Amino acid sequence: MDNKLSEHAKEVIDQWLKIYPADQKRSAVLAALREVQHENNGFLTTDLMDAVADYLGLPKIAVYEVASFYSMFEIQPVGRHSISVCTNISCMLCGADEIVAYIEKKLGIKTGESTKDGRYYLKQEEECLAACCGGPMMMVDHKFYENLSPEKVDEVLDKLE
Amino acid sequence: MTDDLITIEVDGKPLQARKGQMLIQVTDKNDIYVPRFCYHHKLSVAANCRMCLVEVEKAPKPLPACATPVVDGMKAYTRSKLAVEAQKAVMEFLLINHPLDCPICDQGGECELQDLAMGYGRDVSRYQENKRVVKDKNIGPLVQTDMTRCIHCTRCVRFGDEIAGVRELGATGRGEHMEIGTYIEKSMVSEMSGNVIDICPVGALTSKPFRFSARSWEMVQKDSIAPHDSVGSNIHVHIKDDRVKRVVPSENETINEVWLSDRDRFSYEGLYSDDRLLSPMIKEDGAWKDVDWETALQYVTDRIQTVKKKTGADNIGALVSPAATLEELFLLQKFMRGIGCHNIDHRLRQRDFSDQDVAPIFPWLGQSIADIEKRDAVLLVGSNVRKEQPIINHRLRKATLRGCNVLVVNPVDYDFNFNIPVKIIVPPTDLPYTLAGILKAVAEQGGRKPDDADFIKLIERTNINDKHREIARKLSESKQGTVLLGNLAVAHPQFSTIRALAGAIAKLANITLGYLGESANSSGAWLAGALPHRKPAGQRSDKTGLNAFSMLEASLKAYVLLGIEPELDCWDGSKAMQAMKSAEFIVCMTAYHSEAIKSYAHVLLPIALFAETSGTYINNEGRSQSFNATVSPSGEARPAWKILRVLGNLFNLNGFNYNTSIEVRDEIQNLISNLVPGNEGRWEIPVSLPTGNGNLQRITDIPMNSIDPITRRAHALQQTMDVADGMVHVNALLARQLGLSAGSRVLVRQEECSVELPVMLDERVPERCVLVHAAQSCHASLGPSYGDITLNKV
Repeated sequence: MDNKLSEHAKEVIDQWLKIYPADQKRSAVLAALREVQHENNGFLTTDLMDAVADYLGLPKIAVYEVASFYSMFEIQPVGRHSISVCTNISCMLCGADEIVAYIEKKLGIKTGESTKDGRYYLKQEEECLAACCGGPMMMVDHKFYENLSPEKVDEVLDKLE
Repeated sequence: MTDDLITIEVDGKPLQARKGQMLIQVTDKNDIYVPRFCYHHKLSVAANCRMCLVEVEKAPKPLPACATPVVDGMKAYTRSKLAVEAQKAVMEFLLINHPLDCPICDQGGECELQDLAMGYGRDVSRYQENKRVVKDKNIGPLVQTDMTRCIHCTRCVRFGDEIAGVRELGATGRGEHMEIGTYIEKSMVSEMSGNVIDICPVGALTSKPFRFSARSWEMVQKDSIAPHDSVGSNIHVHIKDDRVKRVVPSENETINEVWLSDRDRFSYEGLYSDDRLLSPMIKEDGAWKDVDWETALQYVTDRIQTVKKKTGADNIGALVSPAATLEELFLLQKFMRGIGCHNIDHRLRQRDFSDQDVAPIFPWLGQSIADIEKRDAVLLVGSNVRKEQPIINHRLRKATLRGCNVLVVNPVDYDFNFNIPVKIIVPPTDLPYTLAGILKAVAEQGGRKPDDADFIKLIERTNINDKHREIARKLSESKQGTVLLGNLAVAHPQFSTIRALAGAIAKLANITLGYLGESANSSGAWLAGALPHRKPAGQRSDKTGLNAFSMLEASLKAYVLLGIEPELDCWDGSKAMQAMKSAEFIVCMTAYHSEAIKSYAHVLLPIALFAETSGTYINNEGRSQSFNATVSPSGEARPAWKILRVLGNLFNLNGFNYNTSIEVRDEIQNLISNLVPGNEGRWEIPVSLPTGNGNLQRITDIPMNSIDPITRRAHALQQTMDVADGMVHVNALLARQLGLSAGSRVLVRQEECSVELPVMLDERVPERCVLVHAAQSCHASLGPSYGDITLNKV
């Protein structure tokens, strides 16, 4: 999947397009990027963004803007499994910083980096993930893990391929 | 519309406003200044800089004047304590990240941020944090970026979206990391990109060619008229030490609004090219030497007299640039006719002159430039208007945004920055046939027939298809439609047929016919009489001289050239070159001494260029605009009208005692003041429609930044994409048939000429066609702009 959209991605985008007015194709850009990123091991390339722009009839820069704005889109190659530790106020008070430090040490990377083997990506999470009652928490590949301890982190991360 | 008028009060003053206007539009109109960065009256409202916050009665918080619609009885205060505090607070935020590098910033002295910081800023910052730094981007040869200075007003982003029609810049990232740029390394391709320099309120986007060459307060601003297309955009020339430092637009709502094409903005660099001719020169025994003016002009007089005596005045020909001033064109024809010669022409890139006697008084746009945006259907024939007349294209684009259908019949599938509902791309030979099809479809749909039996006969056997019908329908249904003939139509070998068919379409569909002129005086030259068959003001000449093409074909004994490079600027480059080389005497009134010119000319007379001379341009809509010189001519150069005046006197001709160019202009104005432009009925009905012979055909176009000697020498413009590229453009299908691929070399043959060139795959070119640009050295080695061409793989 180098520079064009897969048939499946097109089908998904077409589904989304159905719910928007025909002259408002740009409404589908978030859904389109999400699908395309998912199919491309969790990150977007310029070629893929261009393909989405062409498919939706948008200026390329309009797609770059969206992809670079939203933190759920990765515009650089990253590891297979995305780990986001919430460090906003509630989680921070519950010890999120120690969890981040533990993961950094465990994986040998800083936030914003991926492991050399391409297995993990420790995302710099800037926003509250809305699970304050279970802090500290992290999201791994779209799944929430709450009330974290170093042991629980090990258990979650070690299971990943 | 009185119902729509309401009264509001600003700073205690009652003001009239229209419903739905934004507060800032009302204050601007009434000279009440509200500070702003993101608001621009030609762009949509973004309301993201917040600098225009004002106090509005009954509103709990200050409101942005740019995004607050007026309501009846509204009371606003622009200078109240609340308003000024809000403005000052916004300024403090804007300055948090803005670098304090005004002393090395080109915008310094004309910077909106600097000005407002003087009025609203504190003298010290309360912020200790590091300032944000943004890496600069290379977005091409014209616009310099210093993105650390950007305050995210997004004017440039909206400009691309709304005015240029190509969204090239955007805001990527967010919050602290938001950046304005192209995201990927990419040059801006818009032909209007330079306007972002003007609308950028800070020094983030500045002029690359102008960079670090002067401070705004050191320069003097003088008004002039842009010399490259037939629009006549109003410009300010900025001068320091008697040198043009830059050109910026001057606002004229009826012509260029606040915009300027890149060609008009950056061509001034050509004034100071290395090959600028600085003194008169004479070739003696093959060697060039500088001489004084007296010697040079006496020499010219003697030599022309000799040719005249020996072979008659008919053996002399004058070719003049359509970008010459009205005064120059007029005096040259007066001089030529004075010595008994009618061989004078400015239509260098035209081939078909067969209907010149019935042509309109001048090729008129058929409407005002401003009216173009009111059109509801436009048929463009043979035009790359976006690059050829960018300002007219902008009006067309505005029309399309209001629902106008722009329909295209072109020999090349040019890129437009608006939607084209129907386009027909055909080889040049099929162009007349296509128009005949549209004419027939218009006739069928309207249930009418062309008035003339000859037309009926002509289109009788034409086959029409759905596209013809669709175009015909849109034209017939329009109430304010127009047919516009572009540069490629004028250069077409059957221009008269195209003109007649387009005229008949316009007449039958009850819409206007207009011509898009190529150059600043393409209209003025007709009125000045720089034509072999007509004297000034369209008066018939008793004797018809040779037209621009025939003059070259006839290989005359002597040529008088004004402001042109014939081998680059004429329809048939090699014929031009041969004619020049075989002539006994050539006097070049030129600003440049190129190798080519030096190879064939015998005398070089240095002339002043557009910013260096006074004169007049008559634009495409017939508007006469005079201008003064803004700087002294380079070296010994003189305005061409003065050179012609002296020549007239040396030949003892009557009526050459002018003191100023204004006297010349007034003489012409007296002649033309009562003329009414009109394109109706100004054509001859052709007897048959041309058809292709199956051979490969050449198509020629002239990229916008290669159009004339000045632009060809403007350094930055020459680095853009819009220059002659020395390549043979063919589509992939033809390339495959001929066994060619991108970059492979071919021997290109036309008539007796041949030259080896690299191939470029270009899907815009129709089948069995080969596009080669004019205005480049290979043009001089090739034959006609249109006609048979062969390609042989090397």
